[in-house]
This record gives sequence, C-alpha cells and structure tokens, in this order.
Amino acid sequence: MSMQDNDPPLMRVSNLTHMYGDRIGCRDVSFDLYPGEVLAVVGESGSGKTTLLNCVSGRQHCTAGTISYRMRDGRLQDLNALSEAERRFLMRTDWGFVHQNPADGLRMNVSAGANVGERLMAVGQRHYGRIRETADDWLGRVEISHDRIDDRPGTFSGGMRQRLQIARNLVTGPRLVFMDEPTGGLDVSVQARLLDLLRGLVDDLGLSAIVVTHDLAVARLLSQRMMVMKDGQVIETGLTDRVLDDPQAPYTQLLVSSILQV
Amino acid sequence: MTQRLLLTGVDKSFTLHLRDGVTLPVVAGVSFHVDGGECVVLGGQSGAGKSSILKMVYGNYGVGAGQILITHAGDQVDMASADARLVMQVRRQTLGYVSQFLRAIPRVAAIDVAAEPLVRAGVTAEAARERAAALFARLNLPERLWSLPPATFSGGEQQRVNIARGFLPDLPVLLLDEPTASLDARNRQVVIDMIAEKKANGTALLGIFHDADVREAVADRIVDVSRFATAAVAA
Ligand SMILES: Nc1ncnc2c1ncn2[C@@H]1O[C@H](COP(=O)(O)OP(=O)(O)O)[C@@H](O)[C@H]1O
Ligand SMILES: Nc1ncnc2c1ncn2[C@@H]1O[C@H](COP(=O)(O)OP(=O)(O)O)[C@@H](O)[C@H]1O
Ligand SMILES: [Mg+2]
Ligand SMILES: [Mg+2]
Repeated sequence: MSMQDNDPPLMRVSNLTHMYGDRIGCRDVSFDLYPGEVLAVVGESGSGKTTLLNCVSGRQHCTAGTISYRMRDGRLQDLNALSEAERRFLMRTDWGFVHQNPADGLRMNVSAGANVGERLMAVGQRHYGRIRETADDWLGRVEISHDRIDDRPGTFSGGMRQRLQIARNLVTGPRLVFMDEPTGGLDVSVQARLLDLLRGLVDDLGLSAIVVTHDLAVARLLSQRMMVMKDGQVIETGLTDRVLDDPQAPYTQLLVSSILQV
Repeated sequence: MTQRLLLTGVDKSFTLHLRDGVTLPVVAGVSFHVDGGECVVLGGQSGAGKSSILKMVYGNYGVGAGQILITHAGDQVDMASADARLVMQVRRQTLGYVSQFLRAIPRVAAIDVAAEPLVRAGVTAEAARERAAALFARLNLPERLWSLPPATFSGGEQQRVNIARGFLPDLPVLLLDEPTASLDARNRQVVIDMIAEKKANGTALLGIFHDADVREAVADRIVDVSRFATAAVAA
C-alpha cells in the first residue's frame, strides 16, 4: 500500500446533492478520499449509492455541491469547471469505472485482447506489438488464459467477463477506480476469487477506489473506510472495521445484524 | 521504562437500537497505563469487558468517554478521538493486535496472511514470507498448511497463524486477546517465550490470558477489569 500519511486528499466531495425531479437521488454528501485508500459505500437498494458514484465519477451532473480532484500536477481541480472534453480525457486517462454488469463496460463484439488494447490506443499508444503484449500481460494478471485473447467476451463466463472489465480499466494505469457492485451478479465462489484478485491489484498498484456495494463482506475485504447510506444521505461513516463491529446508527445496526457473519 | 499507553476514565456501553434502544453498560472509569518492556494483563470474569477494552485501544470499538493515549511517532495520539486515517496510521506504525479469532481471507495462503503486515510496512514479499515461515516453524505449524488458506484450519492452527501475523512486525505496542486459548502446552510455551522476547526489546504488551500458568509466566501486573463494572441501567 502506497498510502502516504500526509498526502492531501485525491478527491474532495462537498455537499453533493442530486435530484431526479422531486425525488432525492442523494443529498448533502461530503467526504475526502485519500491516495491509496479504498472507500466503500454501502446501503440497501435505492439508498443513492449509484447516483452518488455516477455524480462523483463525472458520468452524471449533480444538482448541487462541488467535487474537486487532485490532478497529476498536484492542482486541486473543480470538476464542474472542466469542459466536457477535459472531463472525458480525465475519465479516460486517470480513472476507471467498473460496472456491475460487465456488458456495460465492455465492447461485446470485439475480442478480449481488443477490449484491453483499445484502451491503450485511446490514451495514445500506437505500437501494435507492444499493445498486444500489454493486453496479454493484463489478461494474465486477471487470470484469463492466453488462448482466450482472440475470443469475444460473449463466450466468457460472468466471472471472466468481470475480470476482463477490470483489466480493461486498469491497463491504462488509472489513479482512481470507481466500482458499482463489482461482484453483484456473480456466484459466491466466483465472487471470492474476484474479490481476492481485486484486493491484490488495489494493493499492488496503490490504487484509490470508491466501491459501491450492498454486501458488507465486500466492504470488509476491500475497504479501509466506509459510508453507510440511507434514503440518499450518509448516516454513518468511519473506519470499516469500526462501523461493522460497533455500529452506532439504528439502521447500520440493522444492516449488520441482518447478515450471518462478515 | 517509558509509558506507551495510558487510559484515563474510559467508558464503554452499547446502545442496542434493535432492542428498543436499551443501553448495555460494559465498563466505566477505566484507568491504567502500560510501559514499554512490560506485559499488563487484564483480569476479570467472562463478560467483564476485557476484549472491549482491547478493541477500544485498537480503534475497533468506539469510546464513550475518556482518553486512550498512545505514544505514536513521538507524539501522543488519543485513540478515543482519532479519525479513521490516524487510527490506520497508528496501526501500521505503532500498534499491533492479535485478535481472539482469525478473520480468514478467502483464497489467501496462511503464509501470506501472516506476512501481509510486513509487506504493508515495506518489507519485500519474499523476505516477509521467509520470516513468516520461520515463525510458523517455531510455532510448530505443519509445513503442508503454509500454502493453504486458513479457513479450514483447526482453532489452534488458525490461532498460530494469527499469532505469527501479530508478532512479526516490530511494533512498540502489542495487544493480545487470549492468544493461547486453544494451544497445547508445548505451543503455549513458545508463545510465552515470544512474549518474553518482546518485553526484552521494549515492547509494551497488554493482554488477556485465560490460563493461569500463562498469566503467571508473562504478567508484570494484573488489572482487574471487574472493578470498572457499571451498574446495569434499566431499560
Ligand atoms: N434515472 C432515475 N430517474 C428517477 N429516479 C431515479 C433514477 N435513478 C435512480 N433514481 C432514484 O434515486 C434513488 C437512489 O437510487 P440509486 O442511486 O440507484 O440507489 P442504489 O444504487 O443505492 O440502489 C432511488 O429512489 C431511485 O428510485
Ligand atoms: N459489539 C458489541 N455489541 C454489543 N454488545 C457487545 C459487543 N461487544 C461486546 N459486547 C458485550 O459487552 C460485554 C463485555 O464483553 P467482552 O468485552 O467481550 O468481555 P470479556 O472479553 O471480558 O469476556 C458483554 O456483555 C458483551 O456481550
Ligand atoms: Mg445501484
Ligand atoms: Mg474476551
């Protein structure tokens, strides 16, 4: 883990609110994310997790509030002040986004190798041999065997597709990865393998991540800090093991007591 | 020796919102200190609040009132009010903890579970594994288990993985929650020796030990937790 103790935050979110008409998506959310830190956002379905993640990752405009991001040159940039082109560039080069449904994050009609390689081309790499080599290397890192590089994701199992989506996101060396229920649609044994893989990658690469999950075991395994959401608001936040082992809010106690063991 | 840990007026209770908000008092006014080079043992019957005190020191449980000062990087940090990032930093650099039960991580080999804190502290994976292997050998953990995930291990085997994980990093303060509870006499003796070595190199230890023989062998002082008991508050 590359977390430095006195690093300034990588991302600062202040009073973020998103409304869908009269309906609250998320309300008045504030947090800092530090380099090398994994923050889990938990809460039941409809609590505003995806809305929050989409807003902070620039995939959706927020109704109110500010999101600042520390650019590679050290400058703290207000994301609302970026042009659409600048925002897209940032999303492509510095960020990754792992969707719950791999089909939303993959191109299903091109090969696994191309899914990974095209991200490298998007950030300006041109040397075909090198791109193929890097893609191959990344498929190995996510435990996809080399003889599947020319196959399309449609021929893959759910777990393999999710691992491919992760490779596609990490190949460009992002500093921050957003994940929305990354283990959501998978069988339990497949989940365990994916979680282990994610844990290792996040550690090795010193990544920062915001992971949305309704699964407290996922939060326990991946994150150092967590936020609990209910009805669009953050109702409890803190060190992950503290929130899970000594929950304070009535709703957090209900969530924790509803699972067998985490 | 220098003081490493100081608890003053520490209270803990649990508010159980799922049970009509009843308050379960655990301890109140907990005050004691631990110096470098000594092992302070928490005594008191089951349910007295011994584990809760260790968990508050580690930042795993919140603190109702009072201070828990730990000497960290030349400063005094109050674990009762430290934010999450500071707690993580204290755990990385100053404070180790051998929990009562190992929390197994799916698919991670026992040797890597034990080596992980060293790797996080910057030791190379290879060197960390070597040190973990040496400690496993000393704790008589069968070598065929080292590369397997501990989820299916026996209680005593898991406990030895947990002990190795907690003892490997050289941290100035170490918390031990019944580390010998499911060990045989031979391995209990190994742990007693390991504690003596930690004391000799100046580590401050705060522990809970079920067996009287282990307590005799390691304790410099015993703090009886039942004297911090609080009267039950009627719901
Ligand atoms: N596109 C949308 N249009 C209208 N309401 C929406 C839309 N997306 C989400 N919502 C509402 O916003 C709230 C938060 O939803 P969401 O962020 O998807 O929660 P979660 O990810 O925690 O399940 C819910 O009440 C949901 O019905
Ligand atoms: N997370 C928790 N939530 C609710 N009650 C708890 C929790 N942890 C401990 N307790 C209660 O606090 C009391 C003290 O427990 P503990 O500190 O484990 O005692 P000891 O280690 O001395 O046996 C017990 O009544 C226990 O049930
Ligand atoms: Mg969602
Ligand atoms: Mg106990």
